[in-house]
Amino acid sequence: MSAGNALTRSAPWRGTAWLVGKLGISGRTLVIAIPMLWLGVFFLAPFFVLGRISLAEALIARPPYTPLFERGPDGSLQIIASLENYRFLMTDALYRNAYLSSIRVALVSTIFALLIGYPIAYYIARAPEPKRSILLLMVILPFWTSFLLRVYAWMGFLRSNGVINNTLISLGIIDAPLRMMQTDFAVYIGIVYTYLPFMILPLYANLTKLDGALLEAASDLGASPFVTFFTVTLPLSLPGIVAGSMLVFIPAIGEYVIPALLGGPDTLMIGRVLWDEFFSSRDWPVASAVAIVMLVLVVAPIMWLQSVQNRREDG
Amino acid sequence: MSQPAIAADTKPWRREGVQPFISVRGVTKRFDDFTAVSDVDLDIYRSELFCLLGESGCGKSTLLRMLAGFEQPTSGSITIDGEDMARVPPDRRPTNMMFQSYALFPHMTVEKNVAYGLLREGLKKSAAYERAAEMLRMVKLEKLARRKPDQLSGGQRQRVALARALVKRPKLLLLDEPLGALDKKLREETQFELIKIQETLGVTFIVVTHDQDEAMTLATRIGVMKDGKIEQIGEPREIYETPNSRFVADFIGSVNLFEGKVDAVAPDMMRIETFELGAVLLPPQSGLTRGQQVWGAVRPERFALSRSKPENTPNTWQGVVEEMGYIGHMSQYRIRLSNGVLIRASQSNRLRDEDPISWDEKVWISVQPSAFRVLTR
Repeated sequence: MSAGNALTRSAPWRGTAWLVGKLGISGRTLVIAIPMLWLGVFFLAPFFVLGRISLAEALIARPPYTPLFERGPDGSLQIIASLENYRFLMTDALYRNAYLSSIRVALVSTIFALLIGYPIAYYIARAPEPKRSILLLMVILPFWTSFLLRVYAWMGFLRSNGVINNTLISLGIIDAPLRMMQTDFAVYIGIVYTYLPFMILPLYANLTKLDGALLEAASDLGASPFVTFFTVTLPLSLPGIVAGSMLVFIPAIGEYVIPALLGGPDTLMIGRVLWDEFFSSRDWPVASAVAIVMLVLVVAPIMWLQSVQNRREDG
Repeated sequence: MSQPAIAADTKPWRREGVQPFISVRGVTKRFDDFTAVSDVDLDIYRSELFCLLGESGCGKSTLLRMLAGFEQPTSGSITIDGEDMARVPPDRRPTNMMFQSYALFPHMTVEKNVAYGLLREGLKKSAAYERAAEMLRMVKLEKLARRKPDQLSGGQRQRVALARALVKRPKLLLLDEPLGALDKKLREETQFELIKIQETLGVTFIVVTHDQDEAMTLATRIGVMKDGKIEQIGEPREIYETPNSRFVADFIGSVNLFEGKVDAVAPDMMRIETFELGAVLLPPQSGLTRGQQVWGAVRPERFALSRSKPENTPNTWQGVVEEMGYIGHMSQYRIRLSNGVLIRASQSNRLRDEDPISWDEKVWISVQPSAFRVLTR
């Protein structure tokens, strides 16, 4: 404890404190300022840069887009900005399809992650103590190996001469290998597998808080285990479901690596479109517009859910 | 339907051949190597308000949970209204439980909580809510029907829990420390309310409690439990006046225990020789033989204190008031006898202007022979 006292008594500390006080900044402001600064530098600033680029036109130059300000022929400062890129996104079916298919893939993956993750989370939450820690560890364990490596491992499973096909053929269940790689099926498997822990962990955190007496009360009042689940457990775990679904849906919608490695040429996802616009077409303005629209698409449902949640808590 | 209201009707356990409503036979419950309930036999009659009384960990809650169906007996059988409960899950039992924590569903309003059980019975929504409203009127909560449990006070939550447990008109209502979470004033009011509700509905109640005053006030009969066994079953008066063991005597109220041996048994009198008091004369009690080790138990209020030697009893001693506590309606004394034994006595303060016996006074302490209860264990 002497270390803290020594610090607060030291001259530079007192000097800073005096200065901060003189400037009319309270300690509270200072504490909030740190995360605000972080968000400002690493989220808001890049977001504005992106927004600014999305209003420009592509150029073969460095940087590859038109400047925002330009001197006109008469020497006056002009702002060059257009919503042309956004109009282009709306008219070109490619982008619309990519957005829709991204949302579809993310949604389906989220639903499957929920259906698989919920029973796992429930089981872990109800398990007795030493077992529970081991099960939790097993959920987190995959994170200790590289994400890329795990996706490659799935390629080994799903290939035409991969583990699954070889096993099925040697058992005589199928004659010719099933085509699983480079299909939407493989993409779903990859996404669900990768993001499953993000579904399980918030659900687990929620379900451990569930009071066992409530389940007994429901059963005592005549509810079968099935009815108890749908009238008590499920409604009370809704915050966990929302949190887990968000943690799966949001990264899944912009997923690039999994569709690139496991998906086929017809797997259309916005992450891939984005990559192609940036690195293949080198059309930064359109790519920026794609990114901004994606952000809006993701943020809108979150804000809606947040407001639903708030209303639920109020009433 | 009108039956003559004779005393035996309200006390069916006193009559021969009355079929018990709930019968627990040889029930044992083991958790791994811990025996929570050990070979319990218990008969409870229709419309009783039976209290299981004991310290925490004595197995009373486990017994209650076995009646509700949350735990299965390791061995033994439980019969409710003639039906064996062995294979009946909690949701099919004719019992409802009021939980110690109340276990109200936090995501439902008060009326939804109360209607929950009725809807599970397949009752129509309108009918269920009507009956829930009726029940809420009974516990005087009709104005709070739309509130959520976390918007209620502890006492209100307790009443919601009671309404929810009663609304299905169970044959048997199980109450786990129903008043435990309430403060003292509210608890006393609620005790009588609970008795009134029980009498109105005629539902059989089994109440688990660690509070002996609560048990004495509420119960038609009390089962005192210790270490998974039932030590004694009886009406509150029986438990207090004729405890069958030192444990029960000490657990219910306060008591002076004197260890000794039976010295002489005559048809009209018995003498026991105690370490603390010497020879004590008391009425004979059956089943005792000369030389047997016994304990004499006397409640503090049965001792009389006086400045002159009383003539109406052979059991008198002299001592000095070591401590005295004036409580209002009575005073508590600690009297040190000349042989060093400390006796707890209490005197009710009947007169306003009496000259009370006070500290360091030399007093006579006496007790009627019939006030002694002789215990063999």
